Amino acid sequence: MHNVAFPNKILPYLLVAPQIILTVIFFFWPASQALYQSVMREDPFGLKSGFVGLANFRAVLSDPNYIHALQVTVVFSILTALVSMGVALLLATAADKVVRGQTFYRTLLIWPYAVAPAVAGMLWLFMFNPAMGTFAYLLRRNGFGWDPLLNGDQAMGLVVVAAAWKQISYNFLFFVAGLQAIPKSLIEAASIDGARGARRFWTIVFPLLAPTTFFLLVVNTVYAFFDTFGIIHSVTGGGPAKATETLVYKVYNDGFVNLNLGSSAAQSVILMVIVIALTAFQFRFVEKRVHYG
Amino acid sequence: MFKTILKASTLKATAAALALSATGPLAASAATDLQWWHAMTGANNEVVNQLAKEFNESQSEYTITPVFKGTYPETLNAGIAAFRSKQPPAIIQVFDAGSGVMMGAEGAIMPAADVLQKGGFTFDKSQYLAGIAAYYSKPDGTMLSFPYNSSSPILYYNKDIFAKAGLDAEAPPKTWPEVFEAAKKIKASGAASCGFTSTWLTWIQTENLAAWNNVAYGTNENGLGGSDVKLEFNAPLFVEHFQAIADLAKDGTFRYGGRTSEAKQLFMSGECAILTESSGGLGDIVKSGVKYGIGQLPYYEGHGPQNTIPGGASLWVFGGKSDAEYAGIAQFFNFLSQTKTQARLHQVSGYMPVTNAAYEETKKSGFYDKNPGRETPILQMMGKAPTENSKGVRLVNLPQVRDIMNEEFESMLAGKQDAKAALDKAVERGNAAIAEAIGN
Repeated sequence: MHNVAFPNKILPYLLVAPQIILTVIFFFWPASQALYQSVMREDPFGLKSGFVGLANFRAVLSDPNYIHALQVTVVFSILTALVSMGVALLLATAADKVVRGQTFYRTLLIWPYAVAPAVAGMLWLFMFNPAMGTFAYLLRRNGFGWDPLLNGDQAMGLVVVAAAWKQISYNFLFFVAGLQAIPKSLIEAASIDGARGARRFWTIVFPLLAPTTFFLLVVNTVYAFFDTFGIIHSVTGGGPAKATETLVYKVYNDGFVNLNLGSSAAQSVILMVIVIALTAFQFRFVEKRVHYG
Repeated sequence: MFKTILKASTLKATAAALALSATGPLAASAATDLQWWHAMTGANNEVVNQLAKEFNESQSEYTITPVFKGTYPETLNAGIAAFRSKQPPAIIQVFDAGSGVMMGAEGAIMPAADVLQKGGFTFDKSQYLAGIAAYYSKPDGTMLSFPYNSSSPILYYNKDIFAKAGLDAEAPPKTWPEVFEAAKKIKASGAASCGFTSTWLTWIQTENLAAWNNVAYGTNENGLGGSDVKLEFNAPLFVEHFQAIADLAKDGTFRYGGRTSEAKQLFMSGECAILTESSGGLGDIVKSGVKYGIGQLPYYEGHGPQNTIPGGASLWVFGGKSDAEYAGIAQFFNFLSQTKTQARLHQVSGYMPVTNAAYEETKKSGFYDKNPGRETPILQMMGKAPTENSKGVRLVNLPQVRDIMNEEFESMLAGKQDAKAALDKAVERGNAAIAEAIGN
């Protein structure tokens, strides 16, 4: 075995250049701006600014509203991941059993993934908005006090369902692939040993799906943390009384509504650290330790 | 045969496109382009486009291009972002709560009075409705922004539901206790599932409650005298008012619709019988077909009525533009303040006329006789000379303070705290936010 090397010295750099340019423009440049802004104090129009060191971070971390947003984010992420993965697994096992029209069902189930977050939010809002939603009307009519505008738990439920619904398709795809990778012979052997449906699932299928489940858990957590801004913005706007204000939503709200750019930048730097940690966690534990076999 | 027709039509289209592209740049280079960023939707958006079109057709030197930028706060943020990247529009529409933000940015903006003077027009304050001109002026009287759409909160009520509940459909409740009584009666009689709702609990039930009942919202003339303000809206009258609303909310006699104008929907669908909302919401209510009546904003006996403060939005001009651009903007403002334009704007949209002449003209035309209630917002605002409590509310971060209040109100209406606790917390958090903002 000899080392494979490019004879050309410039070509390799040219080939990776587009990716590097994109990363610099869309990640390193904004990230450095955020770092810079997070140690500055500035008026909304950028007319006056001054260096304040870590004061923005101190203010953010000692703000009870920030701790509250962290709690909201954790609750929201766990619920969203559980609901979307649970439903996706149920649908995947069901789709695995369907004999006719499998592709048809699968295609339908994948559709919601193509829906933009803001649109997904609007869809659920139209159904469950207390002032105009059809389902909201039915709920109230049947004596259920549906009012996500004031009831924080109901508002949380609504954004969780909307966020989970959109992610089910993605999880579904991976679970279907995971199920197909399980050797039929194992299932058949279990059947011969007399294991019935539920037992077969929990003792054979579910453990063999573990790598997929772990992978999806990380992906779903990241999704719930960072990709659900559009849904929250269109459904609840972080309300009522901050009940659905996640960390990402707070970055937006403090920066673009309250025009406190320093605090907003400090919060996004903290988020950046969280993303890096999550990614490192995924590489180190999920991708290496859990493997098929 | 079919093919040839098709070809001929494509040829024509190509020719037309060529012709367009030939005249397009020429026309553009001849006229100075002025962007007008705004936040108007629906019927009000049509008015914006119509005005721009009329102005562009009236002369050939300048072209006003309206650009819709989203909600009020989104438009303001877009303007700020554009200013930071040194590409601000010529004109930007900023809502009432954003006025303090803009005023705090001296050096970023050009006062409307100066713009008019640069364009060779004299700015005569006496031509404008006093309350509106004062609201958009500096303490020394310089008008900073051009009032475009000014509104005032009024009371709308559903005449059919009133009749069903055994109330007088021609006599809307005048005071807040009367409103609460009527709402209870409506709910108890089953005439409607909800007696009363309101849009903008901040602007209507706090800022205007203070002005209309002549109590202080904050120190320093509610911020008009200076930016260092201590909030005072946890005084007894506010506590009494919000406790009454919180009590009504318990059994659904009062229903909460949302932080801005969402509650209008509850009135238009016939679920709620009484609504307090901006006069600018009239267009939608007319369209909804509800048999509505208009009353003045309710007050408390022994306190009001004093005068209401204007809401809506005004047009701001950024600094650092060329003289030619300022001349064009001045001409456009002059066009907007013409009596004909103002009178039409007022009659179509429900917003208030901003010049005295337009008001007089509308009066003379008999419009108010045919449309009773349409003069109410103006009479409310002009009825009495404003006191230091009723000139307006101006905070460098009013949008943020409003959000804080909304959060505390929501938690109060959900039954988690009483009115006193909600208002105390809102004042405390609001004061901290103001201190933080003016410390910049």
